[in-house]
Amino acid sequence: MTLHIVVTAKQVLDPETPLSAFNVADNAVSTAGNIPPVVNGYDEQAVEAALRIKEAHGDAKVTVLSCGTDFALDVIKKPLAMGADELVLLQDAAFENSIDPTMAVAALTAAIRKLGDVDIVISGRQASDWDNAQVPLGVAESLGWAVATIGRKVQVLDGTVRVERVLPDGHETVEASLPAVVTVSNELGTPRYPNMRGIMAARRVQPTVWSAADLDLDGAASPAFELVSLKKPERAVQTEMITGDHDADAGRKLALRLREERVL
Amino acid sequence: MADALIIGEVAGGAPSSSTMEGIAAARGLGVRQVAVLLPGADAATAASAAITGGADIAYTVVDGPAADGEFDALVDAAQAATAQSGARYVIGAKTLTGRDVMPRLAFRLGTALASDCSAVSLDDSGRLIATRPVYGGNAEASVACLGSVAVASLRPKSVDALEPDASRTGEVQPLAFEANVRTRVLERVEEAGEGVRLENARVVVSGGRGLGGPEPFGSLRELADMLGGAVGASRAACDAGWVPSGYQVGLTGKTVTPDLYIAVGISGASQHMAGCSNSRTLVAINKDAGANIFKEARFGVAGDWQKVLPAFMEQLHELMG
Repeated sequence: MTLHIVVTAKQVLDPETPLSAFNVADNAVSTAGNIPPVVNGYDEQAVEAALRIKEAHGDAKVTVLSCGTDFALDVIKKPLAMGADELVLLQDAAFENSIDPTMAVAALTAAIRKLGDVDIVISGRQASDWDNAQVPLGVAESLGWAVATIGRKVQVLDGTVRVERVLPDGHETVEASLPAVVTVSNELGTPRYPNMRGIMAARRVQPTVWSAADLDLDGAASPAFELVSLKKPERAVQTEMITGDHDADAGRKLALRLREERVL
Repeated sequence: MADALIIGEVAGGAPSSSTMEGIAAARGLGVRQVAVLLPGADAATAASAAITGGADIAYTVVDGPAADGEFDALVDAAQAATAQSGARYVIGAKTLTGRDVMPRLAFRLGTALASDCSAVSLDDSGRLIATRPVYGGNAEASVACLGSVAVASLRPKSVDALEPDASRTGEVQPLAFEANVRTRVLERVEEAGEGVRLENARVVVSGGRGLGGPEPFGSLRELADMLGGAVGASRAACDAGWVPSGYQVGLTGKTVTPDLYIAVGISGASQHMAGCSNSRTLVAINKDAGANIFKEARFGVAGDWQKVLPAFMEQLHELMG
């Protein structure tokens, strides 16, 4: 039996965007200039985890699901270039990227059901835009599947998944029967770079596109939140720069100044 | 029946600090009755502390997988406590456990979680308004929760716990529910850190990419030891393997609120600031005068840490005798 791995991947604003190019206006966030979006960093780690399982397992297929309204195809195809087999875009005006994860959970759940034969879903631990860290957990609850979060190592062994989870002061190993949802963290390691062959192969792949209607989702999910306001946070700090004749002098003066202010 | 339910945690025979903060946040909403869920072998003892700290009802779970901290069973317990309390507002914390349990609870209750909130309040129609940092702290969002039950998790240390009031009384009820554990813990391994625990330290000395390698962390350790503090790091330093991931301060690491936070060679990416911006005094040493960290620091030195730090430590040594 082919092991069917689904990876969820979200297209997000580049989190490395400098603060100066980051705009918050009219309850929306945008970036100045032509800074292209990226695949959410943790989701690239999810792709990496899936590819490692595929390599270990042999007979496996990796399908990438991405939910959104507008896709930059050369960006969202990166998981294919890394080695994933198929790409399904859940694309609809109703799938607007919002702080409310309800719609994304409904769309991904419906798509996983529509694919039908999925054994394991691997997601990044959170997306770098809203930092909600709840879509994968919502998908697991909606499907009634087991879930393990913040993995640094994921292994599929004979109908079960074994995940080494990162803890603040160590790690733990958990196990669940498939089907299951797993999230991965940066501790998994650097995702592989696409090679030229992968990039050429990705270019030839036509993504499948499913709308809300294709997923029988019209009006299915009632929103959990209404956005009241979105703004740049106020920063009240007055910074005092300590200078000296040279760097060592500045270091000495810093200690004296901290003592003066009774910080030390 | 209660208006608000806190999904609590028990540590060392007492409710965890974030549990007490949650109770205070619920009391701050001005609701009549506040219940708290306390899973853990010492839950009965913890219940009295929760009541003097502002709770009216404590649901205790003293044995079984939920008391042992199994996430699946905790979600089941939280769902049962929500049903039993009839609460309209359910509040947890963004702790290791809360990160898993709270979103799952929210979806079971047919809504989603307002996660990582810095504040909660009620609007005129009784809707829970949750305020939280988004885009790694570059923006702040306020959302109104629309469902019949609002579920929110608080960022630890964003609300002050109430002063204990020994005259308060409340009810303690053992919670009956069925636990369905699907993800089993096979093994837990502690990787002991050195020195003072990061989360409790009054002084934190953190290093980032600018340190260039693992060796300079020795100097940071020396400084931390002088000040009775702990050593932290940015995600970049952890990802590079210079220090273990347990050192990480930031959105995906630990949240620290020391009296003094000294950031060395850290640019101040919002992902890092999310973990340390509530420190009382933030001091930054970085060679790039334009680094974001200088926008957030109270005191800054734009210079080479290899020269600044030894002089700083020498002067400090003199001051401290």
